Amino acid sequence: MTASVLAAGNIPAPHVEYDLVAPLLLVFGTAVLGVLVEALFGRRWRPRIQVPLAFAGLGAAFVWTVILAVNADPHQVAAEGALGIDGPTLFIQGTILVLAMLSMLLIADRRQDTFAAQAAALPGTDAEARALAGGSEHTEIYPLTLFAVGGMLMFPASNDLLTMFVALEVMSLPLYLLCGLARRRRLLSQEAAVKYFLLGAFSSAFFLFGIALLYGYSGSMSLGDIAQVVQTGQTIVPEEVVGRVQPQEATEALLYGGVALLAVGLLFKMGAVPFHSWKPDVYQGAPTPVTALMASGTLVSAVGALLRVFYVALENMRWDWRPMMWAVAIITMVVGSIVAITQTDIKRMLAYSSVAHAGFLLTGVIATSENGLSSVLFYLAAYGATTIGAFAVVTMVRDTSGEAGHLSRWAGLGKRSPAVAGIFAFFLLAFAGIPLTSGFTGKFAVFRAAFEGGAAPLVVVGVLSSAIAAFFYVRVIVLMFFSDPEPEGPSVVVAPATAAAVALGLAATVVLGVLPQPLLDLAGQAAGQLFVR
Amino acid sequence: MSHYLILSALLFSIGAVGVLIRRNAIVVFMCVELMLNATNLAFVSFSKMHGNLDGQVIAFFVMVVAAAEVVVGLAIIMTIFRSRRSSSVDDASLLKY
Repeated sequence: MTASVLAAGNIPAPHVEYDLVAPLLLVFGTAVLGVLVEALFGRRWRPRIQVPLAFAGLGAAFVWTVILAVNADPHQVAAEGALGIDGPTLFIQGTILVLAMLSMLLIADRRQDTFAAQAAALPGTDAEARALAGGSEHTEIYPLTLFAVGGMLMFPASNDLLTMFVALEVMSLPLYLLCGLARRRRLLSQEAAVKYFLLGAFSSAFFLFGIALLYGYSGSMSLGDIAQVVQTGQTIVPEEVVGRVQPQEATEALLYGGVALLAVGLLFKMGAVPFHSWKPDVYQGAPTPVTALMASGTLVSAVGALLRVFYVALENMRWDWRPMMWAVAIITMVVGSIVAITQTDIKRMLAYSSVAHAGFLLTGVIATSENGLSSVLFYLAAYGATTIGAFAVVTMVRDTSGEAGHLSRWAGLGKRSPAVAGIFAFFLLAFAGIPLTSGFTGKFAVFRAAFEGGAAPLVVVGVLSSAIAAFFYVRVIVLMFFSDPEPEGPSVVVAPATAAAVALGLAATVVLGVLPQPLLDLAGQAAGQLFVR
Repeated sequence: MSHYLILSALLFSIGAVGVLIRRNAIVVFMCVELMLNATNLAFVSFSKMHGNLDGQVIAFFVMVVAAAEVVVGLAIIMTIFRSRRSSSVDDASLLKY
């Protein structure tokens, strides 16, 4: 759109394909309704309305996504090219919605007293005691979660860089707030929120400057246009002024700078080393249900966006970005696995394990093939479900001060409550990638794709760091089953919603480990459609 | 044209260095805002260079996003200031290693 067209007053109305963007609109609409509920209903009614409303919104969006995937030919761009609705995107969106529903089970479990009664009341003051005694609670967490989930759905679907930036912020801003709302250990929680916020804002500024440079390089925001400019070396000229404005030589320096800065923003959200430093702090400090949402949904969404940027916009220059991604993948896998060994807090250990898994996912991204794409999609679904299950178990093991975070408190848990410890051990084995768990299938698929894509050294590093990682997973299992319980050790509190989340995570881990073929086929089918541009 | 781009890159770098070396969370946050505004300058200059309006439209989006970020950020920094009586990012160090 140029100034002369606008001056002529000849502005066409934008055309939005509402059926294709309906899942997004449903989630955002439910979130807005949730805000209205906050305004219009009394305190006692709010949780009773918010929880079913949130589940209804997520469920409806999921059903619509499935219908889109089954029925129509969804391989097209929507909303004037702002969103690409295609096979991989629908698979990722469906995965995010399922993971969001699982996390919502944890968030909505009000028996666990996870969230602060009143965030504005200072910890340890009379005001906080009054808020606790009065039974007040923040039901704003439900609309906040839904906004974050809406952003997660939009992020991997964005077909231009502006939409991607807005989606990134819509996803992140509610999460910054949710991180600071833990009821116990409030100072840790607030510190996590500040760290996440400052580092997140810092990284999104880099992301934005990367967008500016790519816009300067190509003259367009759309990923497809950027791909075209990479191929032709000539900037894009808008349709209205073709003939009057000549295309220029595109400046290579802007392209390389832009790609590097854009990658910083995306890798930060994914938590790849050197941009991982927020992950352990935030995962430890945030309320565990929010950690579960971040560890699954945000990771899936960020990897989806990374795939779209590097497979659509930058596919033609893959020989230029692959060495960079090789380096990042290798240090991510190695640092994640090695630093996890020294951790003494269970959530911190899972955070470093998540860093290592981000590295394994990157090996699939580097493959830049249909197999690489489908294996990453499968890995994301499998890993997300296992992660939520593991964090759900963490919320169940409690002592007087809330969750028993320190690993030494978990000693002998297998003797006290064998079932819960056994399930947790199974999740850890899935993270380690032991056969007959979903983790094995996912890792095998990713490594095979990377090997076929000519990245054999990467696979060797991946297998070695998996072996290192297995050490600290097994160490926790040994601690739970072969050491004596402390006299005043934590007890296991089973609440129905959390137990349901654990059961579903366990079911997904077992089924995807024993019978992975249906989901592998589905991922293959989704990847076969490739990204629309 | 390149003068504006150099200025924008300079402002962005000042912001980035500020985030890394300043201790007060509010100042760190202001430096992030400086980075966003430097980016806006780059968008507008590129928009002029390419002769299309995309860049100028984006500048508006960035302003709105930055405003939303201020709301969330100041709320978080306020809460931690009230419970610690300090907004230094060095004091918040319970989470480490």
